[in-house]
This record gives sequence, C-alpha cells and structure tokens, in this order.
Amino acid sequence: MDPNFLDFEQPIAELEAKIEELRFVGDDSEININEEITRLQKKCASLTRSIFAKLTPWQIAQLARHPQRPYTLDYVTRMFSGFQELHGDRRFGDDAAIVGGLARLEGRPVMIIGHQKGRDTKEKLVRNFGMPKPEGYRKALRLMKLADKFRLPILTFIDTPGAYPGVDAEERGQSEAIARNLYVMAGLRTPIVCTVIGEGGSGGALAIGVGDRVMLMQYSTYSVISPEGCASILWKSAERAAEAAEALGLTADRLKALDLIDEIVAEPLGGAHRDYDTSADNLKTALLEALSSFDNVSTDKLIDQRYARLSQYGEFRETA
Amino acid sequence: MPSRIRTEANQKGAVPEGLWIKCENCKSVLYRAELERNLDVCPKCGTHRRIGARARLERFLDPEPRTEISPNLESTDILKFRDSKKYRDRLLQAQKATGERDALVVMKGQLKGLSVIVAAFEFEFMGGSMGSVVGEKFVRAVNAAMEESAAMICFTASGGARMQEALYSLLQMAKTSAALARLGRRGIPYVSVMTDPTMGGVSASFAMLGDIQIAEPGALIGFAGPRVIEQTVRETLPDGFQRAEFLLQHGVIDMVVDRREMRDVIAALLSALQNRPAA
Repeated sequence: MDPNFLDFEQPIAELEAKIEELRFVGDDSEININEEITRLQKKCASLTRSIFAKLTPWQIAQLARHPQRPYTLDYVTRMFSGFQELHGDRRFGDDAAIVGGLARLEGRPVMIIGHQKGRDTKEKLVRNFGMPKPEGYRKALRLMKLADKFRLPILTFIDTPGAYPGVDAEERGQSEAIARNLYVMAGLRTPIVCTVIGEGGSGGALAIGVGDRVMLMQYSTYSVISPEGCASILWKSAERAAEAAEALGLTADRLKALDLIDEIVAEPLGGAHRDYDTSADNLKTALLEALSSFDNVSTDKLIDQRYARLSQYGEFRETA
Repeated sequence: MPSRIRTEANQKGAVPEGLWIKCENCKSVLYRAELERNLDVCPKCGTHRRIGARARLERFLDPEPRTEISPNLESTDILKFRDSKKYRDRLLQAQKATGERDALVVMKGQLKGLSVIVAAFEFEFMGGSMGSVVGEKFVRAVNAAMEESAAMICFTASGGARMQEALYSLLQMAKTSAALARLGRRGIPYVSVMTDPTMGGVSASFAMLGDIQIAEPGALIGFAGPRVIEQTVRETLPDGFQRAEFLLQHGVIDMVVDRREMRDVIAALLSALQNRPAA
C-alpha cells in the first residue's frame, strides 16, 4: 500500500510503480523498452479513466481531502503574481488556518482569502488542519473590508473540515464571527468569487463562501456536515459515512444539478493532486472568466443580484 | 454545526398532563397553573423551562392585534433524504406531535403598543433545526419588518442546521444574514433573544446578529456542542461553559434577561432605539 494513494487509487499506484521500475531498468540496459512503457502508460490512463468515471460520493469526499491535494497556497503561487500576505485580525491574533493578501491575476490587483491546511505534521498543527478560529474569520473580514474600500475583487478559496470545535474558539465568539462575515459579505461593493478547492465544511466554509459566483473544483465537496459527523448522528455510527455522503449530495455534480453552485472547474485525469499545474490553469481560466463577467456590472446591480441569488436558496411549498 | 441535540417527537406527550410538575433542577413539585402563570420559570429556583413557539408568542405579544405571517410553508424534501428513517416521515411525525408545519412561527403584533414582528422557534419540531422553511420564514419576517417599519425580534431555540436538507440548510445561514443586512441598512432594530438551546448554524447566523443580543438565564448557546468539543480537546469543560452567563462574561451578549422581565426590557430597548417615549 502506498500511503500517498487512496484505496481505490491503489491499482493506479501499482501500474505506475511498474512503469517506474521499467524506466529504471531502461536506463541501465540496452533493451529498448520504450514501447512497453508507452503501452503501460496508456493502460494506466485508461484504468484511471475507468476508475474516475464511476466514483461514489464517498470516494469523492476522500479525494477532496486527499493528502496530496493542492491547497490554497499551491494555487496562489501558480495563478497569481506578486502575492503579499497580510496578517492578523487586529483584535486578538493571526490565525494560520486562513491566509490572505494582495496579489495580481494577469496584472489585475485582487484580494485573496483562503483556508490553508498543512502538508507535514508540524505544519498541520500550525495550520490547525485548516480549521479556523474566530480570529481567522475576523482576519478574513478585515481583508474583505480592505478590498471593499479600494474596490478590489475578492477571490476566496475554501478548503476546511469546518470550524474548530474548541473551548477558546467558543469563548471568543466563533458563532458571531461566522455570522458577521455572512452579514458583511452580502453587502460588499466589489465582486466576490468563491471556489471550493477541497473540503467545503459547514460554517467554517460558508464564512468565506458568500459571493457572486460560487464554483467547485470537480472533486471537491460542500456540505452542512462531514459524512462521518452526519453518520454518527443520524445512523449512530461513523462507519456509515459512505451512506451519509450519498444522502448529503455533497459532490459538485449533484450541487450543480440542484443549482446550489454556479460552476464546476474540471480537474485533470486522476484528480487535482495528479497535476497541480493543470489544475491551477483550469482554475485561473475560470476565475478570469468569472471576474470579466462582472466588469460592466454597476455596484448596485452587483449587490442586488447577489441578494437575489441568496434569497432564492431553499426549496419549500406554500399551501393555501 | 447541525443539530446534535436530540428530541424525541413524543417528548411532548411525556410531559404529564396532570396538575403537578417536577422542576428538573431543584426537584420541587410545582402546581402546573402556578408555573404557567410564572411563564414556566420555576418559582423556587428560577430555572427557565423550555417553552414552545406559540406559548412564547402568546406570552410576549400584546393580546391584540396579531397576525401570523406565512403559516403555510412546508418542506418539499427535494433531496428525498433518508437515514435510518425517511426525512418525510420525520417531518410528518414532527408535524403531528407539534401541530406546526415547521420549526419557526412568525407573528406581526405589538409589544406595549410598539409595532413588532416576532419570530419564535418550536424546539420540539426536529430540535428547532433550520432548513429551507425556517430560512424562508425568517426572511419573510424581516421583509414584513421592513414593510411595516416595525422592529424585528427573534426567539431562538435550535440545535442548528437541519442535516436532512444538507447544503440547503447551510445556505439558509447566508440567506437569513443577508436579509438582516438589508434590515440594518434601513435602520430598523433587530433584537435577538437566545433561549435554551441556541447552537450551530442558527447561532452562527441570525441569532448572533442582533443589534441587541439577549439570552435567557442558563440557556446553552454556542456553535459546536459541548460533547463534540469535549471529544476534540479531551479535557473537561470549564464550569458553566456555553451558558448565557458565560457568554455575558466573555462579551458575546449584551444582557441576560429573566423571562418575566422580557416584555419590559425589550419594550424599553426598542422605544429608546426608535426614539419614542418610554413605554
């Protein structure tokens, strides 16, 4: 078992290991095995295609939190130039689970705000596994207001298991911090484009998720609760997470079909973690397109449209 | 964030219909009629018992005039959600047990002569959880407040977002908060009264967006539930954690108000905010 591959990715891992092995032999011997390598590569691609053609929601939930999945800063370095990270909420501290700052997208200044997970154990702890505390939401809010003041578009990148369930987070009013962001984002006088790049976990995700366009990377999820959390409450067992994932309808395809998100950004074959550059290219194209669609929209109209979009969330009937 | 607070739909039936009720806190045996006269606050120890949406509105509003707003909204279960039980069946059961169509009741009325729109949660309806109907009703309440230039008051009692409506529930947080942002721009006051319990997505949206934030004594108020936090931090929680008094101490709310004073206090606050003569 290769720990960098998920269960259902193991057949791909095995084939790739075999290809690597052949390459190694190829370097050392005079036998030309390029043909064999090409054949295996084709096989690998078609195997990947067939595995990824029928992913279950639970498998997609695992891809969304794949240990190799690109995080906010992986995208930022690839899509933007001149990123200047800005720190702190000016109230309590600087939460490393949310990063933000100014950067340029094809020359155009923008404000970037995103959850940030850690790659190794030490960084995971520093980043608190991408789970913000109130100071994180408040830093995000401060940066959004700064963007509003100078009329810079806001681009958010969502990737969090959720808000941090801790004593200190509660003491510092994490409910209020999340609520305040929702309240303020509804009225910001600048375009907001939100992209879920991994896990869109409940209130911690929504706190930077109110915008004029909401996009999901193809194998990202967006949900009111994690499949495990839902399973342990409704099925009384976290083991039933696969069923919960199915019931919650947390995948990009499903959410698009329900008209709860605006756009799906394609990931390269095998998922974003297989090719960071292509993923970043795809996302950058989508962001540029989204931003240009707001270029000729007046501020009042932008806010009205945003409000109309928010008001229309919900399914109900009214009987006489 | 969704409800981890469980209620059995038949809990209501379990409350003795008899003349006597035992206080869960001080164990005093109380005469039912006396308890009701005391607004379901234990006369011996001051414990605020949970009360339903109708009882809340009945006791809070002036007797006349009253009009209910959008009483006929119902969930459509668009996801056909099913866990150990069908969501549809859970809804029917909750409707039967409470007589309500969903977990929020909204009325237009008056408080000591001041025009108000009041929303109150029915906790017995699936733990007061918020799905599309609760979100829509709240927004309609806010819209009514804008139309009437009436103050908005909301009494929350909720475990949070309703899991059975998945992302729809989460998005109600954004929808309701956006409505309040509009209300705020019109300069119309909004008072949030958090009663036991106010958790998760309801706490992290309109409950915490009051111009004035009030809690009833002893109410549990927070985002993550205490058990979830305990499992995460693996330490015992501080005394009174997430209780109204704890929130007051930490600067999260303006005041803790006894239910029996609620009409007087809110009327005084609203008349001051709206620059009207003292009620």
